[in-house]
Amino acid sequence: MTDAVTDAGAPLLEVTDLRVEFRTGREIVHAVNGAGFRVAAGETAAVLGESGSGKSVSAAAIMRLLQSPPAFVTGGEIRFKGEDVLTMPLNHWRRLCGQEIAMVFQDALASLNPVFSVGWQIAEQFRAHGQYAGGEAGERAVDLLARVGIPDPANRAKDYPHQFSGGMRQRVMIAMAIALGPDLLIADEPTTALDVTVQAQIMELLEDLREETGMAIVLITHDLGVVADVADQVSVMYAGRVVESGRVRDVLGHPAHPYTLALLDSVPQALGKGQKLRPIVGSPPDMARIPQGCAFHPRCRFATEKCRSEAPPPVAVAPGRFAECHHAEAVFNDR
Amino acid sequence: MSGDPNMAPMIGAATAEQEAIILRERLPWWRLLMRDRFALVAALWIFVLLLCFLFGPELFGKAANALNLRGRNLPPGSIEQGWMMILGSDALGRSMLARLIVASRNTLSVALTAVVLAMVFGGVLGLIAGYVGRGVGHVIMRFADIVQSFPSLLLAVVVLYVLEPRVGNLVIVLAITRLPVYLRVTRAEVLEIRERVFVDAARALGGSRFHILSRHIAPVVAPTLLTIMTVDFAIVMLAESGLSFLGIGIQPPEITWGLMVAQGRNYLNQAWWLAFLPGVAIMLATLSANVLSNWLRIVTDPVQRWRLETPRDSDD
Repeated sequence: MTDAVTDAGAPLLEVTDLRVEFRTGREIVHAVNGAGFRVAAGETAAVLGESGSGKSVSAAAIMRLLQSPPAFVTGGEIRFKGEDVLTMPLNHWRRLCGQEIAMVFQDALASLNPVFSVGWQIAEQFRAHGQYAGGEAGERAVDLLARVGIPDPANRAKDYPHQFSGGMRQRVMIAMAIALGPDLLIADEPTTALDVTVQAQIMELLEDLREETGMAIVLITHDLGVVADVADQVSVMYAGRVVESGRVRDVLGHPAHPYTLALLDSVPQALGKGQKLRPIVGSPPDMARIPQGCAFHPRCRFATEKCRSEAPPPVAVAPGRFAECHHAEAVFNDR
Repeated sequence: MSGDPNMAPMIGAATAEQEAIILRERLPWWRLLMRDRFALVAALWIFVLLLCFLFGPELFGKAANALNLRGRNLPPGSIEQGWMMILGSDALGRSMLARLIVASRNTLSVALTAVVLAMVFGGVLGLIAGYVGRGVGHVIMRFADIVQSFPSLLLAVVVLYVLEPRVGNLVIVLAITRLPVYLRVTRAEVLEIRERVFVDAARALGGSRFHILSRHIAPVVAPTLLTIMTVDFAIVMLAESGLSFLGIGIQPPEITWGLMVAQGRNYLNQAWWLAFLPGVAIMLATLSANVLSNWLRIVTDPVQRWRLETPRDSDD
């Protein structure tokens, strides 16, 4: 599967067959079941999926943030710049975190420490990684605040997280994440908690920063509109697997997996005019009891007997395009 | 929607200009203290105690030990025998005022040292127990269980009987008996705080364990510990007086407020002020510390600070 992907050179981040499960007392929840995607340097890769599809858990697994127990990474491999993330010593990984790979969370208020001013927190990035000391770190923090578009940065640096609006908080969080110039930024639903106009501003900011610094972005989202706007590559996740991946324009314009097709049909702004909305029937599977065969078959209008018994292999429908569906070709050629 | 053109920019998201709200003025700490009358009085009282602590024994040491057998058990409120007797005198005719002032040094140093020691060690152990969890955490918690299940007075009696009843030993015993309180509270708070997103964010941005504990978790726990400390202050003073009463705490002729309460107990029928006044001193010291710590908690909490920064009608 991997050798057929036609990206130039080794990818920055490569996730292969990642499996994560949560062991609670009564049952085992399979949050991620063999997800795989890759991110090349400087590109924006979107991971698209519903709540509970395992996208955030995958991100947490990449950053090694999962609490174990209850979470266990039971299989797969994560390679960042060729190094195996899951087996390297945690100390070593934590040193890379912040400097080479960073993360932005959905709720910026919760992800900032309430008892320190934002300037102090950003400066702390420099101090903790031993880049600049005292006063200089503070000046750098103000520069960063200016760079992410916070007005009056010198004064605002002294303010506390609760004194900022939602969008501005997310800007602060982004400033912290890019402080040390990482090569990869994982943004876990960075705009979900914001209203639409602010969402657009934040996505624009991320785009600008990407162009300026050449960092790659993994954008985890459930928002098709955002994906269509900013991403280069997209991986669609369902029930803990990447069911379809490829270039954004290709995937959204010409889906090869019934789930992607259904998603597009159920979202108003991603469609042309005049088509009816068709919500996906049923609900996402219970991750402790994932259906046999293709996990999507109970909700799929293309489902056949084969789908109920046999898990579909990845099908290359076009160069750089994969879909895990027995009927991928049919769906692909449907429209 | 009403057609008022000035309303239009308010709809939708805040723009960059709107975001630049006028910043509240940042008041210096003494202005914030002026805003809270209770805290101001408490701070003044603590300041007076500090003066007594620093200079009391040197200035009033003689007066505190000067016997005056003609002026035994003088009631407070009269200055016929000189203003030193304004608070009355004890069974040997010594000035209560002078004795209270002189006793402040022993009392405060024992209580403060014990409480600070308990807080520092309890806090650090609690941070470790809460954050590291599992093995190490269990060992620390069982240690806390043992200390807590052992009657603290018995522990003190045994330790101080076996070792000498010196001030140093007294402080250590008192600190150990108070330690579980800090340990448990810290651990409980850490268990909650470490699940918060900002801790994950700090980890995702490369914070080491030590960094996260010291820079992200400890500052959030600190105000709680500070508040417990002020309450504990009174408990430790009373525990010290209990030990002194049993004869294994501070030894006469050294005096503490607790010891004065204990000694005055014998004269409760004839001279109530002998036990009452040092009791009041303990209470006032504790109350002031409590009020002041409450003020400090508000001032150091960025979310609460506005309560003191917003001027009320009465002042300014």
